Amino acid sequence: MIPEIGHFFVIVGLAFAIVLAVAPMVGIHKNNSALIALAKPAAIGQFIFFLISFLILVYSFTVNDFSVKYVAANSNTQLPMIYKVSATWGAHEGSLLLWALILAGWTFAVALFNGKLPEDMIARILAVLGVVSIGFTLFILITSNPFERLTNVPVEGRSLNPLLQDIGLAIHPPMLYMGYVGLAVAFAFAIAVLLKGEFQMAWARWAKIWTVVAWAFLTLGIALGSWWAYYELGWGGWWFWDPVENASLLPWIIATALIHTLSISASRGTFQSWTLLLAILAFALSLLGTFLVRSGVLTSVHAFTSDPARGVFILIFLVVIVGVSLLLYSARSHLVTKSKPFKLASKETILLSNNVILVAMMATVLLGTIYPLILDALGLAKLSVGAPYFNTVMLPLTVPLALLMGFGFASRWIEDKPQRLLQKLWLPAVAALLVAFIAPLLLLPEFSGLAVLGLLMSAWIAFSALHWLVQKNPHGQIKPSMQTAGSVLAHIGFAVTLTGITITSIYSIEKDVRLEPGQKYAINQYEFEFKGVVQKEKDNYLASQGTVIVYENGAELTRLYPEKRTYLSQTMPMTEAGIDAKLSRDLFVALGEKLNGDAWAVRLQYKPFVRWIWLGSILMAVGGVLALIRRKTAAPRAEATA
Amino acid sequence: MSPLRKKRMYLVMLLLTAVSVATFLIIQAFNQNMMFFYSTTEVKSGAAPTDRDFRIGGLVVNGTVKRADDSLLVSFDLTDSQTPVTVQYTGILPDLFREGQGIIAKGQLNGNGVFVAEEVLAKHDENYMPPEVADSIQKAQMAQTEMPAMPANHKN
Repeated sequence: MIPEIGHFFVIVGLAFAIVLAVAPMVGIHKNNSALIALAKPAAIGQFIFFLISFLILVYSFTVNDFSVKYVAANSNTQLPMIYKVSATWGAHEGSLLLWALILAGWTFAVALFNGKLPEDMIARILAVLGVVSIGFTLFILITSNPFERLTNVPVEGRSLNPLLQDIGLAIHPPMLYMGYVGLAVAFAFAIAVLLKGEFQMAWARWAKIWTVVAWAFLTLGIALGSWWAYYELGWGGWWFWDPVENASLLPWIIATALIHTLSISASRGTFQSWTLLLAILAFALSLLGTFLVRSGVLTSVHAFTSDPARGVFILIFLVVIVGVSLLLYSARSHLVTKSKPFKLASKETILLSNNVILVAMMATVLLGTIYPLILDALGLAKLSVGAPYFNTVMLPLTVPLALLMGFGFASRWIEDKPQRLLQKLWLPAVAALLVAFIAPLLLLPEFSGLAVLGLLMSAWIAFSALHWLVQKNPHGQIKPSMQTAGSVLAHIGFAVTLTGITITSIYSIEKDVRLEPGQKYAINQYEFEFKGVVQKEKDNYLASQGTVIVYENGAELTRLYPEKRTYLSQTMPMTEAGIDAKLSRDLFVALGEKLNGDAWAVRLQYKPFVRWIWLGSILMAVGGVLALIRRKTAAPRAEATA
Repeated sequence: MSPLRKKRMYLVMLLLTAVSVATFLIIQAFNQNMMFFYSTTEVKSGAAPTDRDFRIGGLVVNGTVKRADDSLLVSFDLTDSQTPVTVQYTGILPDLFREGQGIIAKGQLNGNGVFVAEEVLAKHDENYMPPEVADSIQKAQMAQTEMPAMPANHKN
């Protein structure tokens, strides 16, 4: 009975979504304020019903209700409680319900915290969110009902894919979805602006707050996914240019560009149409990501389901949403855009150039991701595009992006002088050059031009950001505004990630070796001694646990216990790596397979600076959110984050 | 032409050049890193390139997986259910690699018609068959019209 209530509440949620989508629009059209006022209670009702429905699904998991097909397929009695809860969104149906819940949550938040936006704008935004919600709720009800029952109730469930039995992956999807779906708010804002035919500067600031929060979640979600892939897929890679990873990177890149144009729109009142286009694009890419992950068109670690009906539904939804938005955009964007003159040397130019570079990055990643899918769909060829393509293309785009970023902080709106900028920025430039050339000599084993380039870019961004922070408050009398400090932190986070990527990519050492018990293998100053493998029995899996003693310059440093696990409910084995993590390097040991005798294939890795990649992402997200905090006493500033 | 217009023209030309160079480089990188997929039958018939990397897929033939005694060299046969091709690989095989499983390998053909793999991929789902492999098996079976099609055995 309880699962039926869950199912029924999804339908009630749909009813609220329909009210939400229709009433405010009709109200605005007929000038009926009672209808407009329906938007808020509809948003609240929608959220409450989706929340209860979702909690019912969680409940079905916790009480092992295997009469529910989705529970039987993704849980079993042996599963630890935390993973029973996270199994709720561990597969297709439940993760879509989470999608719908998060969308309802964002809608609810917009209804409550509508700031200084006029009532009709909020009503339009809520209505657009209602339309998106209708699409997804229909998708759930028609193709992916998580509450579907089984007539033959199994005694035991199939259990959650062991790969997903991990704390990193328990929180990765909700984070990512918060980001994906949060971009729907920026999208709804763009559509509302186009419908109204007016775009005030203060509204851009409102839209920026929502976009930055969504972007921060997206940043954390992507970083969590990368971190999980690193230790859980077992092989120490942190980014594979897998289509599903790309699918999350695409909206991130565009959301990053969007935040910056929203800054221009908020403080200069220009570039509105470009801002709106990016907002539409960002959400379109979120939908594309959902399509790629959920339709089964991909060969990927994530492509667990494949049901053509689902793919077709999302594809149609995507085409309709994007098509209608772009039509509306082409018909009405001229109404809202204002061009204000600015010189070639100005903050506007720098921000715009970096926007163009970000869009180019997105386009190249998109090309490499969907071109093979399109060829395959047309039956022309089966091909894949390797990681070297993405690396080759991203590098030359990142260099000008980083260079301009440094100039962006110090530059002035409307008109600046290159000489003034150079005079101002000589200090960070010299400091960056020193770091880039001296750090590798002192710290890194061998000289590499790319390492110098990567460090130069990172140091340049970090130093010019810090320089900006100091210059704004030359005598340290005024505390820097949170907006400046947060923005500086976010950009330093980018520099930290860039440093991590550079050093890990160039200086990692990876060895697959055959080791007998007692045998040693050395990488740099580290020596790995393999002590053999013992069998262990755990709650819901059997483990072959290896012991590897690591020596640094002859002295014992640590012991690592990599495992090969076999989960009781499934036959597939899992690799659990043994990792010794430090800020400056990871030592990574994974068991391959058992060879003849007591020998094992073992993967040994030395990964310098790999933690910086994720650390930098955290700084980016935290910095972005801090930048939104405004001190009450401070006068409103026209300054925006660069 | 006024100086301002001249300046603008230079700027536009500069932009156009930059965009063309970038596009050229992107397409170049794209072409170099595109990897086609070939079924084992296509590889045996000589359809696959010999001078560049490509991907091959099929089922691992039962009883063909051989490990060297003193290194991580391993060899096995892949088949689309009609034509087997021998694959060599040095390194650690993925967790789900096993006989009868559908896998994909990336690498090059050597002079003896042996596929030397740099990377072996098996998906993280025991019942999952890479679509390319499923497709090539289906094609191979359809080509053999004189023989009744046999269901691909990819269960563990």
